[in-house]
Amino acid sequence: MDTVLLAKIQFGFTAGFHFLFPPTTLGLTFIILIIESLYLKTNEELYKKISSFLIKILAVVFVMGVSTGIVLEFAFGNNWAEYSRMVGDIFGAPLAAEGVFAFFLESVFLGILVFGRSRISKRAYWWSAFFVFFGSHLSGIWIIIANSWMQTPAGFKIEGGRAVLTNFLEAALNPSTVERYFHTIAGGWITGSLVATGIAAWYLLKKRHIEFAKPLLLISMIVFIIVSILQLGLGHAHSIQVAKTQPEKMAAFEALWETQEGAPFAIFGIPDESQQKNHAYIGIPKMLSILIHFDPNAKVPGLNEFPKDERPRVFVPFVSYHIMILLGMVFIGVSVVGIWLFARKKIYDSQWYLKLLLFLIPLPYIANETGWVAAEVGRQPWVVYKVLKTADAISINVPAGNILFSLILFIVVYTLIAAVGIPIILRLIKKGPEESVSEGY
Amino acid sequence: METWDILRNIWFILIGVLFVGYSILDGFDLGIGALFPFLGKKEEEKEALIKSIGPFWDGNEVWILTGGGALFAAFPHAYATVFSGFYLALMVVLFSLIFRAVSLEFHAHDTKRKGFWEGAFVVGSLLPSLLFGVALGNVVAGVPLDNTMNYTDNFFTLLRPFPLAVGLLGLTAFLVQGSTYVATKIGGVVQERARQIAKTLFFPNKILLLLVFVLTIVYMPEALKKPLAWVSTAFLGCALVVLYIALQKAKDKLAFLSSSLAFMSLWGILGAIHFPNLVKASNDPALSLTIYNASSSILTLKVMLIIALVGMPMVIGYTIYLYKIFKGKITVA
Repeated sequence: MDTVLLAKIQFGFTAGFHFLFPPTTLGLTFIILIIESLYLKTNEELYKKISSFLIKILAVVFVMGVSTGIVLEFAFGNNWAEYSRMVGDIFGAPLAAEGVFAFFLESVFLGILVFGRSRISKRAYWWSAFFVFFGSHLSGIWIIIANSWMQTPAGFKIEGGRAVLTNFLEAALNPSTVERYFHTIAGGWITGSLVATGIAAWYLLKKRHIEFAKPLLLISMIVFIIVSILQLGLGHAHSIQVAKTQPEKMAAFEALWETQEGAPFAIFGIPDESQQKNHAYIGIPKMLSILIHFDPNAKVPGLNEFPKDERPRVFVPFVSYHIMILLGMVFIGVSVVGIWLFARKKIYDSQWYLKLLLFLIPLPYIANETGWVAAEVGRQPWVVYKVLKTADAISINVPAGNILFSLILFIVVYTLIAAVGIPIILRLIKKGPEESVSEGY
Repeated sequence: METWDILRNIWFILIGVLFVGYSILDGFDLGIGALFPFLGKKEEEKEALIKSIGPFWDGNEVWILTGGGALFAAFPHAYATVFSGFYLALMVVLFSLIFRAVSLEFHAHDTKRKGFWEGAFVVGSLLPSLLFGVALGNVVAGVPLDNTMNYTDNFFTLLRPFPLAVGLLGLTAFLVQGSTYVATKIGGVVQERARQIAKTLFFPNKILLLLVFVLTIVYMPEALKKPLAWVSTAFLGCALVVLYIALQKAKDKLAFLSSSLAFMSLWGILGAIHFPNLVKASNDPALSLTIYNASSSILTLKVMLIIALVGMPMVIGYTIYLYKIFKGKITVA
């Protein structure tokens, strides 16, 4: 089998699996910080109970994130050695900085959060919660810097066939870092808050731990409602940036084969790569031009503008991008209904809505993954946009058999981790918050 | 020396510091994992062992993650050569670390498969403890490289006598680190066992050390000409004498401290012999990766140095805070 393809599948699988956990961590640490702040302020035991319960879940999620994250730290050397040689001068630094500034912070203070409640003052414990929150969000900054540099490289020059750093700030704050960061963090907050609302909804439906479930639902719903509506703007800003900095990627997202003035926004369609057209296409006329340029007649470049060997594939980016947008709209719809139910003080008794919240839990994960797939597949054939092609980034001395062998092992081991880890989290939820405070050291 | 070279030297040392931090800190929890069945027999004893590393192991592991990241950033060619060249061996390390991490969380929750997760913890600790040394031995003794800096041989080349001896030496060092830590942290029968194991391990560890010394002189006679290697060896000798006495007199904290210092001295010897190489080429010395031909640009090394100077004091600060919070002995019911 083809080495490049195998290495791509391996990276896609290991990174995609890993990416289930960090967004959950981002959202949960934020909600835990809110609840710990309430506890610090009101001294209400209930808040302590809720927070301790969420910290238990966080610990399991976090360890799965850490263990699958180690793999990625070394994947660039394993399968992508030429990439590491070519761009290591720039790409290595954010990974190292993530270790120094973020991983230590998260790991050390999570240790305190899980084991140290009875050993330190309330204020010190609140700071620990803050540092776990802060560390995981800081970790996000560095990894987004690394990823964004691959999408919109800046602050470097090519010297002797290698990319060499010329300006650290320009490289770090390249044209897509800020938009991507806020969009991704918002995705994480939606994920974490929906996990928390789902748990609270389940208790309310089962009529268990009602005292506990109500404030948890309230707090996480507020986060969910605000962030899912904010995400509309953040996602939009990110899309505008993509259209401006990687126009062929936007053309693939929208399956826009020909350059058009007053380009439509696709609602449905089946892109056909061989015929370079779409079947069963439904679109909103002029909408894409409006969204990108705030001008219904603005020109949007189609795929025909770009050399054939520098275009991304269309089908996967198109489908995943639109699934993500659809889910974003679903979240906004659910939020609006939520606001209405809150206003009428009916939210805790609306069985159907609580059920809906419960079944919503998998959706943010699909949104995160499809958004990521759209961004990364849409960047192809480049691994670093206009600098290095993915096919030239591979380790030249690693036989395909080795990659295949390790890929199979990854699939087996990660399936096992999911098959054990997810039931553990479900069991923790079933057990409920009662036993959660007892974790001592 | 021009600035670029000074920075390259500094980064050689700083990456060494990260590896030393890893060896001392994660060293003890890897050692505990590998010795788990010998240290803990009853359920409460096993619980105490896990508890003794509970708040610490995750932070300890970050030292190797950061070390790997720093190697990537400062010496990308060395990172690329080692990780693609030692592919299968490093996959074993990766899978071990994955199993080890999840087993620590899963074993308590997944009661049906408790035995399996305990086994994963043991094997997941044992294999990296051995393989880190094997990888290091290969890098120091040299491996065949081509003119694109890539490793040209297969997995079995890595299993030569010198790297294997270094691997076993590293393993025993991790085990001593783990058992001396347990003796400081847990009371009662587990403490007695840990002291006994540390004593028992002392001589095999010394024999392996002697073997590695002899092999080093045979394969790399030029090592004898490095003054810093002699200084580190003297330091190692002192640390080992103190360790021996501390073990005999059951001075647990002193034993852990001297074991840590011995580990540090080992790194000192290795660094002194290896400098300025990163990955030695066994086929042609001119093809070796050194801090000069494998490094990043001067700007990247500068930025990284600022990051390290700002970040690492904070890391050390709150790591000390962590150990302070959880100081004191764990008693086994």
